[in-house]
Amino acid sequence: MTSIDITSTATTRMSSDISLLDPGHQAAGLTANNVSCWFGAKKVLEGVNLDMAPGQVTALIGPSGCGKSTFLRTLNRMHELVPSATLAGEILIDGVDIYRGAIPVTDVRRRIGMVFQKPNPFPAMTVAENVLAGLKLSGLKTTRSERDDLIESCLSKAGLWNEVKNRLGDPGRALSGGQQQRLCIARSLAVSPQVLLMDEPCSALDPTSTRRIEQTISEISETVTVVIVTHNMQQAQRVSNRCAFFLAAENEPGRIIEEGPTKDIFTNPRDSRTNDYVNGRFG
Amino acid sequence: MSVIGQSAPSDVDDNSASEQVVTPVVRRSGVDRIFRSVATSSGVITFILMGLIGGFLLIKGYDALKVAGWGFLTDSEWAPDQGGKFGIAAILPFTVQIAVVALFIAVPVALSTALFITEYAPRKIRRLLTAMIDLLAAVPSLIYGLWGLFYLQPRLITLSKWMANHMGWVPFFHVNDEYGTSLGIFPSSTFVAGVIVSLMVIPICTAVMREVFSQAPPGEREGAMALGGTRWGVVRDVVLPFGRGGIIGGSMLGLGRALGETIAVTLIISPAFTAKWSILDQGSNSIAALIALKFSESSSFGISALMAAGLALFIITLLVNAAASTVVSKSRSGSSTEI
Ligand SMILES: Nc1ncnc2c1ncn2[C@@H]1O[C@H](COP(=O)(O)OP(=O)(O)O)[C@@H](O)[C@H]1O
Ligand SMILES: [Mg+2]
Repeated sequence: MTSIDITSTATTRMSSDISLLDPGHQAAGLTANNVSCWFGAKKVLEGVNLDMAPGQVTALIGPSGCGKSTFLRTLNRMHELVPSATLAGEILIDGVDIYRGAIPVTDVRRRIGMVFQKPNPFPAMTVAENVLAGLKLSGLKTTRSERDDLIESCLSKAGLWNEVKNRLGDPGRALSGGQQQRLCIARSLAVSPQVLLMDEPCSALDPTSTRRIEQTISEISETVTVVIVTHNMQQAQRVSNRCAFFLAAENEPGRIIEEGPTKDIFTNPRDSRTNDYVNGRFG
Repeated sequence: MSVIGQSAPSDVDDNSASEQVVTPVVRRSGVDRIFRSVATSSGVITFILMGLIGGFLLIKGYDALKVAGWGFLTDSEWAPDQGGKFGIAAILPFTVQIAVVALFIAVPVALSTALFITEYAPRKIRRLLTAMIDLLAAVPSLIYGLWGLFYLQPRLITLSKWMANHMGWVPFFHVNDEYGTSLGIFPSSTFVAGVIVSLMVIPICTAVMREVFSQAPPGEREGAMALGGTRWGVVRDVVLPFGRGGIIGGSMLGLGRALGETIAVTLIISPAFTAKWSILDQGSNSIAALIALKFSESSSFGISALMAAGLALFIITLLVNAAASTVVSKSRSGSSTEI
């Protein structure tokens, strides 16, 4: 197993094989092969293998600190933004390695979007500008009508359009927490990602907003592969097709204990620790 | 129903006249009260200090101001002790010119240095640069002045000459033909003084801007990165909007220092008392340099006149800072996304 020097991989190649704004884009599959992660000398994740099939919703579950967020962040190269972070193994999107320079890192992140635990709309931007932020960040030129269409379609997909259509010019931070999170989803969708990673997107939200986001996940999963970290077992059962259970024994790195169709994980787990966890006996 | 708030909602209609608006009563605990009074008195002391300084300058300068009248604002020469006219019509513009030259150089340099340190530099270089900038900010201005005088001034005049020759059509860079353009007319100019002042302003501006940029919310940074943002995209859409207040604040701090810089300017310029647009040829001035040059040789009336000039500098600085803080208070710097 060789560790990858993340920082030295080519990141500047200019070319993008997906067209933004292309509504016909396809959900992509992600594959993690033997992924291990370190923060400094501390190994927090070991030998993770996971297939996230196109158009499926994969839920990552497990107690706090077992490496779910870390794993999620390796999937779109956010992991390497932590200064001491390293990793080994490979992540493939539709069979192409994302770490070894075949795809520029900005394209990787555009194709594999991310929604964070804490809503983080850009406070200096309006609701509409927030939706379009990804295009601006990518330096993409669009016409006025394209932008208007995109704002409406993305906000609609995120289940927010009706609430904000009359306040598109308000600052993003003027929305409620649940609305802000859906705005962040809309923002991610605006660059037509093939995969959307969500790290406990509902943990700071009220039940109604949570339901709206779960609805959104079901609706978008036809065109976008979704990987979601959640602590909510009901949520995992409601939204996901497959489920991976992470666990870290004391002073050991996290591993996947069991992985499979969500129904099996919850009703018929092979491992007793999975059974204990999904039935709320620890974590 | 009762409404809690600072003031009644403006759209209260007639049939709700019975609603009683409540003024929230806050009972403070002991510690809170002590902290509050300490903080309040510190604030009050600041005000008192400013009042004292302004009042002192006004009282000391009053004799001269009474004699000069409006002429203090319109006269260019400075001969209070010879019974002549005196006014700030030349030294104030010179002061501002030097400060503008200094900021014109310092702000872009400080901004890019701060961005380089927070956004682009590798971790180790970042620490080193930060320490060096802080160190430079602490170097006394006399040192900059001496170095500027002996090292930089002789080297700058070539640049001055080049600018005079090639950009002379810009009024600022126009050099009067009667001097010719021999190198001898360039050393003691507004431009050279401004460049040297900029050197001492750059570290201060950089330190302030770097500090603010480094506090740009990580959540927003990551949000921008996760959308496929380039580093420049993150700078433009997250760091700069967040740091606007710091950019303005840092620049104003630099402007304050540039306006008041004494020793370096005194070393460089040859005093002039006729305002002009051109910054390249010899002859410049500043209020602070004037005070430093004339103080020891002035009669009490001459000193009164210098105090009046000091008052003018004090007021200018206050106005500039007030303008800046208005702009800063309208920007968002310092707050992050809130749920
Ligand atoms: N930036 C970091 N620096 C050092 N250690 C970290 C960092 N982030 C996470 N860790 C460690 O990595 C382990 C996994 O964390 P995380 O992936 O956040 O777990 P989870 O999301 O499953 O709760 C934890 O032990 C945590 O302390
Ligand atoms: Mg986590």
